[in-house]
Amino acid sequence: MSLTLREVRTELNARAQPARSPIGAVRRSFAPWADPSAVPLIRLENLTKRFGATIAVNDLTLDIFEREFFCLLGPSGCGKSTLMRLLAGFEQPTAGRVILAGADLAGVPPYRRPVNMMFQSYALFPHMNVVKNIAYGLKQEALPRAEIESRVQEMLELAQLEPLATRRPDQLSGGQRQRVALARSLAKRPKVLLLDEPLAALDKKLREETQFELMDIQQRLGTTFLMVTHDQDEAMTVADRIAVMDGGRLVQVATPGEIYEQPKTRFIAEFVGDINILEGRVMGGEGGLWRIETPMAEAPLAIRDSDKALDTGQAVAVAVRPEKITVCRAKPAGASNVIEGEVWDIGYLGDWTVYRVRLDGGAILRASVANASRFVERPIDWEERVYLAFAPEAAIILTR
Amino acid sequence: MSGRLSRFNAASLALGFAFLYLPILLLVIFSFNASQLVTVWGGFSVRWYAALFRNEALLEAAWVTIRIAFLTACVATLLGTLAAIALVRYGRFRGRTLLTGMIYAPMVMPEVITGLSLLLLFVAIGLDRGFWTVALAHITFTMCFVTVVVQSRLLTFDRSLEEAALDLGATPLRAFLTVTLPLIAPAVAAGFLLAFTLSLDDLVIASFTSGPGATTLPMRIYSQVRLGVTPEINAASTLLVGFVTVGVTAALLMRRAARAQADF
Amino acid sequence: MGGALRARAGRLVVIGLPYLWLAIFFLLPFAIVLKLSMSDPVTAQPPYAPVLDWRGGPGHWRNFLLSLDFENFETLWGDDLYWSAAVSSVRIALVSTLLLLLVGYPIAHGMARAAPSVRPILVAMVILPFWTSFLIRVYAWIGILKPEGLLNQVLLWLGLISEPLSILNTQTAVYIGIVYAYLPFMILPLYSALERQDPTLLEAAQDLGARPSKAFWTITVPLSMPGVIAGALLCFIPIVGEFVIPDLLGGSDTLMIGRTLWSEFFSNRDWPLASAVAIAMLLIIVIPIVVYREIEAQRWEPRQ
Repeated sequence: MSLTLREVRTELNARAQPARSPIGAVRRSFAPWADPSAVPLIRLENLTKRFGATIAVNDLTLDIFEREFFCLLGPSGCGKSTLMRLLAGFEQPTAGRVILAGADLAGVPPYRRPVNMMFQSYALFPHMNVVKNIAYGLKQEALPRAEIESRVQEMLELAQLEPLATRRPDQLSGGQRQRVALARSLAKRPKVLLLDEPLAALDKKLREETQFELMDIQQRLGTTFLMVTHDQDEAMTVADRIAVMDGGRLVQVATPGEIYEQPKTRFIAEFVGDINILEGRVMGGEGGLWRIETPMAEAPLAIRDSDKALDTGQAVAVAVRPEKITVCRAKPAGASNVIEGEVWDIGYLGDWTVYRVRLDGGAILRASVANASRFVERPIDWEERVYLAFAPEAAIILTR
Repeated sequence: MSGRLSRFNAASLALGFAFLYLPILLLVIFSFNASQLVTVWGGFSVRWYAALFRNEALLEAAWVTIRIAFLTACVATLLGTLAAIALVRYGRFRGRTLLTGMIYAPMVMPEVITGLSLLLLFVAIGLDRGFWTVALAHITFTMCFVTVVVQSRLLTFDRSLEEAALDLGATPLRAFLTVTLPLIAPAVAAGFLLAFTLSLDDLVIASFTSGPGATTLPMRIYSQVRLGVTPEINAASTLLVGFVTVGVTAALLMRRAARAQADF
Repeated sequence: MGGALRARAGRLVVIGLPYLWLAIFFLLPFAIVLKLSMSDPVTAQPPYAPVLDWRGGPGHWRNFLLSLDFENFETLWGDDLYWSAAVSSVRIALVSTLLLLLVGYPIAHGMARAAPSVRPILVAMVILPFWTSFLIRVYAWIGILKPEGLLNQVLLWLGLISEPLSILNTQTAVYIGIVYAYLPFMILPLYSALERQDPTLLEAAQDLGARPSKAFWTITVPLSMPGVIAGALLCFIPIVGEFVIPDLLGGSDTLMIGRTLWSEFFSNRDWPLASAVAIAMLLIIVIPIVVYREIEAQRWEPRQ
């Protein structure tokens, strides 16, 4: 596999400006997808699944590597759950192949696949206690008693369930049940663990704690995790790579940082996090610095985006995240990309303040400012005229 | 809204249950009546119970009936459960409509027709009527009730539990035996009890399909009742009512206890 | 793969076993009844002709088919007795079902409105009589309704009547018996439908100005219709073919088609005629079932 343009550029950038760190939080040493000689653990080849007239998964091709924490992200109905069930063996593909560790899984029933699933509803067996639930999978393998006991003990420790070992599912809280489900699905040491919206039923605080726990466990065991979620914050937190799906197809597969700062399409830009979209037309540009004319601002915008090749007069959208926009009362001197407007709405979130600014043309832009200090002399008020500004590198140009 | 019963509702309940239980109560009371006449209270006596236990014909019939009922319940539960699984789990299969029809028809068909048709079958194939023909007939007509009970439980059964079992390496059969069956056991047990009771209680079908030496208790009672009221029947009824009451109360208490245990 | 083959075999057993049983013990007898309804009575063992010999050749088969006729059905059609019995059965079943509704609805309603902790006990109390013998419960009414029975005793003692009422062996006794025996079958579907109703609907109705009785008739009753229909059918259909109750409690004036079949079979030993009666009974019963399924289908169609 030859290097892509981006890889070349990353290489060159890294050499030219060693002080700049790569975008997003990444385990710098871990990026098997970038290694051309790496063999994927899971390969989905032209996978299609039809239910009658509906196409749930549409000609999808994807590689997932060992030890990855991979997330499938997308709105409901995008096919992510179907994809997972195809991997688990509960659905058979209409076309295409599922290849695991080099072996085609066609016709292999779920109880013969080295894949285990953690169900959204946890699906704990109500008539068995925690120990028996965890031991169930091991008993199916007909392992010797001693080995089963030691593995169960290992799982209890891993998921911090020791004091709850003899309890039944209806005697456990939601968070405890979730850990039992996790322990049960890991007991057999599967090559791949599928997680179907595992944190959906937990409240916010518990969810955040559990996210880090999951990442921790995944790192320790080295199992490949494939998680399905509709919560983008969750995906961004835990994943090594995210695949954004829509309508049965993959829209973008990249690291969280790349997805957030370099969305390929408008759909992704709007789906993950908040974003401002400014429509405009290309006036010209060279060396990666483009001039975009837009009705929303007086002066043309200057955007640095060396990825794209654009024609003059092309209609494009400029996307800029709220946290990259500054808000001032006075017009910042010598700054590029200055837009004037009136404060329409202020949302105070404690750690951030979100300003919704109404431009003269009627459009509304969002800007978030961190509340970096506890006191502000004369905070910005409703209906004040303000100037929004952002750096050329802070925005990205979207063509689709 | 619920909790405070209006006077009308309370009155309806009181009258309704009085209506349901009065005849049974009278049966019990008069089983202890020393006098044979219903009109006269001759004092408390257990002579009819003594007479009952000396009534060979009645006791013999009771033994036959219990054996038939037990056999019926076992086989009907097995077949009925299989049919329920077939209907719920196997979606569309060839002949599904016919199977559904055959399963539900005995529920609505009058017993005289079921009895008649089965007797004609036994005659046509030359099978001697007796214990086994009654059992075969009872299995056939009680099977559908078991199917209905088990089917309604299976429909509400959480399939992700079965999927979890499959995912953990259990074959479909293993998953059924270790996960599904234990959890639908109460429904299967209810089906068993239902089949047992229906068989125990049946008069019409047994009359058609029975033969010499296999007179069932209902048949015996029926022939005695046609001749007049005998307090021995009262005694037998009281025993049966007592037995059933104890059974149902025990079942209710067991369920209460099981549920209390589950909430910490 | 071995697994897939075993799965197929398993499926075959699960579907096949009940199928086979029912085919032998339900379909086959039914076919025999049909065939018998078109045969003639004969003083022999078995008491009908023609008798089908499986091993006979095609000639035998042809003769067999030719000797079947509809004579029995003509008899039924022409004879007043059977008509009356059929009409009477349907009439009694309709009236009984109505009575059951009138008696059962208030009880089911009371049960549904009781405190949730009490409800299972009430349900158990309704089911309990069902577990005790049907025959015995009907028998109990003989003791109550006969001239020297309890009812007359009480009424005489209260001075309400001067002579014992003869209720036993009349149609009234049959009605009482049927209502008593089938009450649980009417109460349970009604209770199930009523209990499932959202109590806040009634609160909303009252909030909008409806008195409790108005709310009852305009909201509770219409919403309970599926339960009403289920209960009505669950009772009507078996009552049409009922035998035990009219036989024990009714007199010679109570004509029901179940008794007719029984007497044709056991007393007259006219098996072919009895079979024809059976077929006629089935036709009477099939119609309400078909109507019910049509209603059900129409109820579900718009939602799909």
